[in-house]
Amino acid sequence: MSEVKYLTEFYHLPEFKGLEGYKKNGGYVQLAKALKMQPQAIIDEVKASGLRGRGGAGFPTGMKWGFLPKNDEPRYLLCNADEGEPGTFKDRMMMEKAPHQLVEGMIISAFAISCKKSYIYVRGEYDDSINALEVAIQEAYKAGLLGKNILGSGFDHDMDVYRGAGAYICGEETGMISSLEGLKGQPKLKPPFPAVQGYLKKPTIVNNVETLAAVKYILRDGAAGYRKYGTEKSAGSKLFSLSGNVAKPGNYEVPLGYPLKDMINVLGGGIKNGKKLKAVIPGGSSAPVLTAEEALKATLDYENLAAAGTMLGSGAIIVIDDSKCMVECLANLTHFYHHESCGQCTPCREGTGWADKIVHSILSGKGRLQDIELLVKVADNMKGRTICALSDAAALPIISFVTKFRDEFEYFVREGKSKVKGTAYKGHAYAATASH
Amino acid sequence: MFQLSPQGKEKVLAELKRYESRQSAVLPALYIAQAENKGYISPEVIKELSRVMELPEANINEVCTFYTMYNKEPVGSHHVQVCRTLSCMLNGAKELSEHICSQLGTHLGQKTKDGKFTVTEVECLGSCGTAPMMQIADKYYENLTHESAMNIIRSLK
Ligand SMILES: Cc1cc2nc3c(=O)[nH]c(=O)nc-3n(C[C@H](O)[C@H](O)[C@H](O)COP(=O)(O)O)c2cc1C
Ligand code: SF4
Ligand code: FES
Repeated sequence: MSEVKYLTEFYHLPEFKGLEGYKKNGGYVQLAKALKMQPQAIIDEVKASGLRGRGGAGFPTGMKWGFLPKNDEPRYLLCNADEGEPGTFKDRMMMEKAPHQLVEGMIISAFAISCKKSYIYVRGEYDDSINALEVAIQEAYKAGLLGKNILGSGFDHDMDVYRGAGAYICGEETGMISSLEGLKGQPKLKPPFPAVQGYLKKPTIVNNVETLAAVKYILRDGAAGYRKYGTEKSAGSKLFSLSGNVAKPGNYEVPLGYPLKDMINVLGGGIKNGKKLKAVIPGGSSAPVLTAEEALKATLDYENLAAAGTMLGSGAIIVIDDSKCMVECLANLTHFYHHESCGQCTPCREGTGWADKIVHSILSGKGRLQDIELLVKVADNMKGRTICALSDAAALPIISFVTKFRDEFEYFVREGKSKVKGTAYKGHAYAATASH
Repeated sequence: MFQLSPQGKEKVLAELKRYESRQSAVLPALYIAQAENKGYISPEVIKELSRVMELPEANINEVCTFYTMYNKEPVGSHHVQVCRTLSCMLNGAKELSEHICSQLGTHLGQKTKDGKFTVTEVECLGSCGTAPMMQIADKYYENLTHESAMNIIRSLK
């Protein structure tokens, strides 16, 4: 197996960003075709393609669309471009290099679910993405690809961009809906699911950038053609964001089922600076960590990573070399989750706070052996009892780090210094980063 | 007393009409006002927005405090935001932010004496493949070394 250029075929062409260059390379042909189809036929094709959401949870896209009520109540399509999962930077590339690919995928998807208004919610820091999308949307309106009676089909659709303002939790779909409504980005209890009651209490489909961009290719190649890449349960290709201690970090598109080993050693050029592989977080910071040994056996698909006790998540692969201290790495993540908890649920608010305190006390040399057990207990109590999945996302790394690299935690407690670095941790004043 | 410029006010009024619900205009309006108030939101800014938008102050204030991109206090004319999260940390982000702070003679979150810079650490900015990195105003600076970061910072007026 090797790298593929399926969604990314024309990303090397700067002209692909503009409407003209996009059209020259097959752009908006599928939209014209879609508008002549029965909407239900498009949904059926997406179902048959096996496309699963690329935002993190991997939920089957066609099935999600099928949850919309079968009536003519107004509904919304919301593209999740919040991309806050640490390690993930693929959506940004897609929006900057191929904004029309997303716009076309969204118009087709909107037509399939009979939706007249869509939003792209982009994280506030992504200035270049926002600009690229705003230009693309304007171009699309001028060319009659958005607005009233698109390409003479009788289908009307409006699209707009909404800028986030710096909160990881707005990547969670119900938090995003609250934010788009102009409120604090606090998640809401499900059910009702957004497909039934979402933005302004209307049915709303939330999908990731990469998911919506893929829809056009399913139409072009048909469900069977789309399945030429991937496995039975993980159809298609996917973009992976590779980062950490590899020689050639970056975004790589590969067929699902691609060996993680090759991602690191072939595409990523191996571990840099002559170090050795120690650990890999395969699906964004919320995914349980794999040891080097586990990582070298894993393949990048939903089922294999689940069997390995972790997840594909957003496709962010963070590689850690053997000179790095796992206590310090975990402390980095507990700080993140504590900072990003929206504070509504006690187990999450208190749990992320306690976990962060305990790991930092170990780091500062003040840890006790029973703190390691306590840490796992705190994490266990954070699972499965909250409004949204952030609490679980915070708990899983803690449990996996402590279980798999226990010797490093114990050494730190006993010796007051890092097992790998041989030195005590130099404290860092984190007071400057505000908490919600 | 803070007052929106006529153009700023016009922009806020346009945002009020842009979405299905007027409340959705709060996030964009805070950005517009922040840009007109030296980069931060003060209680006067909230008052002015409440007046212009005809929305209760509390609705605007709670949104403002929830999101990190609205500054609640004045920041230096250049806000240097160094990503601290894992992929950047693995590539020396902590050492980088310490270097920048010591070169500027400041601490995280503290304005430099001349008021020119504030250095903060922020969470993952989606640029992990080009770590370590920082954001100043709207711009990303990637693949930084201690030297290149200081060259960029010193070149800012
Ligand atoms: C804490 C948290 C953060 C999330 N962040 C993102 C994100 O940045 N981007 C994204 O697409 N999905 C994110 N998700 C998943 C969304 O809730 C949702 O499942 C997804 O957008 C659905 O789109 P998909 O089915 O196309 O993947 C997050 C979920 C949680 C619990
Ligand atoms: S689990 Fe955490 S982030 Fe999610 S709603 Fe509850 S407190 Fe907020
Ligand atoms: S970890 Fe620094 S940009 Fe993602």
